[in-house]
Amino acid sequence: MAKIELSFYPGCSSQKGATSSNYLVSAQTMCEELDITLNEIPDWNCCGASIGYGGGGELPRLTLSARNIALSEEHNAGQEIVSPCAACWLNTREAKERLNEDEKMMQDANTALAEGGLRFKGEVNVRHMVEVLVEDIGFDAIKDKVKKPLEGLKIAGYVGCQTNRPFGIAGESFENPQYLDKIVEAVGADSIPTFEKKVQCCGGALAFSEPEKSQEMIHGIIEAAYDNGADMIVTPCPLCQANVEIYQDQINETYGTKFDMPVVYYSTLMSVAFGRNAQDAALNGHIIKAKKLEEIASK
Amino acid sequence: MSTNSQKYRNSFLKEVEANVEEGEWVKMCMQCGVCAGSCPLGKHWDHPPQEIFMMIRAGKRDEVLTSDSMWMCTSCYNCIARCPRGLPITHIMHGLAVYSKRLGLMPDNQPTAEFGQIFWDNLMKKGRVNELKMGLSMYFKDGFSQGIKNAMANQKLGQNMMKAKRMNAMEIMGGHGVKSPGDLAKIIKKAQEIEDGNIQDFS
Repeated sequence: MAKIELSFYPGCSSQKGATSSNYLVSAQTMCEELDITLNEIPDWNCCGASIGYGGGGELPRLTLSARNIALSEEHNAGQEIVSPCAACWLNTREAKERLNEDEKMMQDANTALAEGGLRFKGEVNVRHMVEVLVEDIGFDAIKDKVKKPLEGLKIAGYVGCQTNRPFGIAGESFENPQYLDKIVEAVGADSIPTFEKKVQCCGGALAFSEPEKSQEMIHGIIEAAYDNGADMIVTPCPLCQANVEIYQDQINETYGTKFDMPVVYYSTLMSVAFGRNAQDAALNGHIIKAKKLEEIASK
Repeated sequence: MSTNSQKYRNSFLKEVEANVEEGEWVKMCMQCGVCAGSCPLGKHWDHPPQEIFMMIRAGKRDEVLTSDSMWMCTSCYNCIARCPRGLPITHIMHGLAVYSKRLGLMPDNQPTAEFGQIFWDNLMKKGRVNELKMGLSMYFKDGFSQGIKNAMANQKLGQNMMKAKRMNAMEIMGGHGVKSPGDLAKIIKKAQEIEDGNIQDFS
């Protein structure tokens, strides 16, 4: 397998002590196994996530991502940018495309960036980590790396919104993407191609500001996972992961359910299947323990 | 290029085209309603995007700009993915929300609007989000006693997150950030000034 080197934008939620710190640990483990080198963009800033528009408007928001791209183009020249986070990827790619399409916006962003001695060229590709897996590594190569197949596990692939729309993964449909199920199959588990909530919104940032409305949707996602016989849910998005995992107590109280459904990342599955231990897969970072993965990891 | 400078569009449509993110797309809506049927929070909108576009074209300025509707957008991008004419609906909704806020017409105590500002202020302090402070700001946005109630209601969640090392009490002392938040602030202040300067007066 060819060695891949990428300019890495981890994003705020993956930092130590933040909500998806376990995603970063498992993604790093996965990349070690796949010979992918991640060179962090020095001094990166927040992308504004999906709610930053409410305070930052248009140009300031796009300028945040333009700064990250400028830093990457300066310090990690020639390397494609990759992020494991749906919102980080979306915002960075959106900024790149919007500034390239709109000459005035590009000028304005560069006038702002000049205040910090930076310049946005916008020539670099901006990719999500799963694009690297699907397009550069491939399902067969993932399968070849598996030392401990996740046999007997039935896993609902929850793609969510922002990894899937508006950009999505090349060749996949917005309404019924298949790649996550293929990753599940590649690591030896059973996928659920008819998991009907695979692209249902979890509420995103509105899980904070409109918890009742969001938890109603999250309830539907978890209910569908149970009804499809899933042992756990897998997702490529840090906010989907958090929203679907951490409110299950509150949802149980509201809806009288007994949900106790683990929600993990594709990188968690791959780390365990590639033979790494529970710590490298960051299984300790889950509130609802993925016990079946813990068992396989400890074998 | 045409030499005809006369334009007959109503002034609110012109205002949206000039001042709202991606506003020049509004006239392209063909009123099919796919956006309304695709929105995960559709049932909570007073006016779904399709209606908002129609109201803009009918010149219903106050009804649009005082509406709570745009703040229901979860940024799921379903509407963008499905719109037959390729309108960037998510961005237009964000743009309308921000424009109504700029003009002071937004409804009071709109929780997502409040969250948007809290999130932005939080990230601008150090250049990266401080999740602990952001959570506390949200709990306490409606005063101290409501804040204590909110914190108590979410106590177990907080403990779970701490146990999983996905929340860190030490973040209150400062937390993660860029090397020079001042330099970032200068960049963003400039961007803000340019954006403010681009707004045309329609009052």
